[in-house]
Amino acid sequence: MIRFFIGKILWLIPTLIGITIVAFGFVRVLPGDPVLLMAGERGLSPERHAELTHQLGFDRPIWVQYGEFLWRVLHGDLGESLVTHKPIIHEFFTLFPATLELGLCAMILAVAIGVPVGVLAAIKRGSWFDQVTMGSALVGYSMPIFWWGLLLIILFSGVLHWTPVSGRISLMYYFPNGTGFMIWDAIASGQKGALSSALSHLILPSIVLATIPLAVIARQTRSAMLEVLGEDYVRTARAKGMPPRRVIGIHALRNAMIPVITTIGLQVGMLMAGAILTETIFSWPGIGKWMVDSISRRDYPAVQGGLLLIAVIVMVVNLIVDLLYGLINPRIRHR
Amino acid sequence: MTIRSMLLAGAAAVLMTAGGAGAKTLVYCSEASPEGFDPAPYTSGTTFDASSRPVYDQLVEFKKGTTELEPGLAESWDISEDGLTYTFHLRPGVKFHSVDGFTPSRDFNADDVLFSFDRQANKDNPYYAYAPSVSYEYYNGMDMPKIVKSIEKVDDMTVKFTLNEPNAPFLSDLAMDFASILSKEYADKLAADDRKADINNVPVGTGPFEFVAYQKDAVIRYKANPDYFKGKAPIDDLIFAITPDPAVRMQKLQAGECQIMPYPSPADLQALKSDENIKVEEQPGLNVAYLAYNTKQAPFDKAEVRKALNMAINKQAIIDAVFQGAGQVAKNPIPPTMWSYNNDIKDDAFDPEAAKKMLADAGVKDLEMNIWAMPVQRPYMPNARRTAELMQADLAKIGVKANIVSYEWGEYLKKSKDPTRDGAVILGWTGDNGDPDNFLAVLLSCAAAESGSNRAFWCNKDFDDLITKAAKTTDQAERTKLYEQAQVVFKDQAPWDTIAHSTVFMPMSKKVSGYVMSPLGHHDFYGVDIQE
Repeated sequence: MIRFFIGKILWLIPTLIGITIVAFGFVRVLPGDPVLLMAGERGLSPERHAELTHQLGFDRPIWVQYGEFLWRVLHGDLGESLVTHKPIIHEFFTLFPATLELGLCAMILAVAIGVPVGVLAAIKRGSWFDQVTMGSALVGYSMPIFWWGLLLIILFSGVLHWTPVSGRISLMYYFPNGTGFMIWDAIASGQKGALSSALSHLILPSIVLATIPLAVIARQTRSAMLEVLGEDYVRTARAKGMPPRRVIGIHALRNAMIPVITTIGLQVGMLMAGAILTETIFSWPGIGKWMVDSISRRDYPAVQGGLLLIAVIVMVVNLIVDLLYGLINPRIRHR
Repeated sequence: MTIRSMLLAGAAAVLMTAGGAGAKTLVYCSEASPEGFDPAPYTSGTTFDASSRPVYDQLVEFKKGTTELEPGLAESWDISEDGLTYTFHLRPGVKFHSVDGFTPSRDFNADDVLFSFDRQANKDNPYYAYAPSVSYEYYNGMDMPKIVKSIEKVDDMTVKFTLNEPNAPFLSDLAMDFASILSKEYADKLAADDRKADINNVPVGTGPFEFVAYQKDAVIRYKANPDYFKGKAPIDDLIFAITPDPAVRMQKLQAGECQIMPYPSPADLQALKSDENIKVEEQPGLNVAYLAYNTKQAPFDKAEVRKALNMAINKQAIIDAVFQGAGQVAKNPIPPTMWSYNNDIKDDAFDPEAAKKMLADAGVKDLEMNIWAMPVQRPYMPNARRTAELMQADLAKIGVKANIVSYEWGEYLKKSKDPTRDGAVILGWTGDNGDPDNFLAVLLSCAAAESGSNRAFWCNKDFDDLITKAAKTTDQAERTKLYEQAQVVFKDQAPWDTIAHSTVFMPMSKKVSGYVMSPLGHHDFYGVDIQE
């Protein structure tokens, strides 16, 4: 098990170096010049342009810039934003709790609904339940997030007035020294109504962000369950008179969960993609929206630093999934 | 989450909009996050709305709702006969805000004025580059390094600006955001504490609102400055709820989560206007959208060819389809709300038949050209691609084949400045300071043809002489005459097809009173009140 663990960790090193190259290269491959974007329609003289390019260090050979970036990364310094002039690490971790909180809620929602629905659909294969849920999953999977989010806002906030439109908490609450995790801050503040306000602001964005992973997880669970339910040992367990609940709960589900856990791990990466749109619609101050803004402003340090941090986080999650996988399936770790 | 707790949350939201404990709170659903709170290194209106407008003052200021100037931190000023020296008499007794860790020990004085400009001009000033990527693009873009020769402190309450040559728009320049006055005492304290970058995070000014806190990408909080020299604002708290999507802003306004919002989507205007709790104020924007021909290239070097093309394009159809009525056809390069606008000028009539004949007379046959469409939406142009398509269809009717090209925004700005550029470019401009020079010189002078901000590369001696003379004349009546003549030359030579001046809308709750729209597109909440 320890060898399996160390092997996994060692693999991260070349992956990380690859990511720094991709993160560094990505934003520079895009057409556009951050210096020109800073000036807008007004434009600037060629001399001023050269002066600024030099001040920002973009006139140096690309490998020198990359070398400096790598050197700084090794020292835990991702540089400072060209726009806000603040350290990237500071920017990232100011916004990250919001994304994490939303992502976790969405993931819990997706798993808590997706897995049972998938299991039920598999057991009642071909029934109306199966057809309706799997049909909805297909719709959910193909849903344009932007449109879906707006639709929910118009219905639940605009027409029914059940949920707030956007933001993380009512503006009457303010926690200057908070952790950035709004639910935690609301509880810690002890202010009446703060927690319910934070939770009510989470409902719609969580639903929107959970929609696609939920659909994927439900479909994956169903097909994994169907496969396992057809196995000999399940038939044997049934034949010897084991109660159906135990057959499914113990024999089938545990084995069916192996591919499902992989899917859940992969959905964490997808969640980041969904966060970009969800955060924009719900004015949710997270890193998805920050990345989009940084890309559109060609804020090189923010884009490369942000991509690197996101990649590391996704990698760590995948590592955890791999290790979990090893725990559930002994064949993997002995390979 | 139960329905009950949702209702509780709803009740909390209602309480919030009503304001707690008698304090009057105005919530503004702003369109984007400010880049920082020091206005000088930035050029975007969103950043100015959150920094220079609530927190800072300038020596001279724009009178609410106009582009006229009024005294700000300078009570009065004298301009020398030769137009080279401006002496400002500063307002006594003006207090800077206090923030955590800083309480001003003195009132505003000449040192603050000197500091605020010196840091943008003088490379040795410790605040010239307080972070490695800080640069003062507006100061440079307005040519201040060329205009200003020196700034001197005459005494504690008097400052003298000496110019290199007379420059009439100079006074208007000083009312702009980059010319906001910061506290030197605060800057010195930050420098001593090795926290210089905080000048961009925690602003200290003299303005109507004091900065309280910024939760990145979410909320900015201000409170009214009780010592403001024009008197305390009617509201007690001002909150910016950052809401990037226009449809969501509208939902928030309708749900009472905010009371005022900028930049509604044109498609939502009807719904907003028919909401009984909402009023929509509107004003013509101080902007112009245009199609700039490359006058250095044949056949666009001939005025009659450019005029023929202008006559082939149905601008009213563009206003109807692209601006959805939220704009007006432009005939001059400056908008009608600007002084010196020449209303006697007749626009080239839309007449495809005559256009066809003019092209034939000019010996142009089987013309093929590029139309450049911007990839982004701007206040003066909701959809350049659609505009280009309409132009393409109009030009096809007179036998001109137009191809539409586009590039990424930064590339677009860069490539469109290249004098060897192939084709006519759709672009526009929003005024900075209400002075005609800010349009005519920046966009159409010979110097701008060299630097590229004149996208038509049009250099006409008559026009250039008129606007240069006007910039050096201090008498406004005299300047008006010169600019009016310049517009006649422009129309006759047609370096552009002037497309439109867009209309700006500001939806707000009917409970809001005292909001005055700024022709410059500023969002300014001093003087605004809200009914409890």
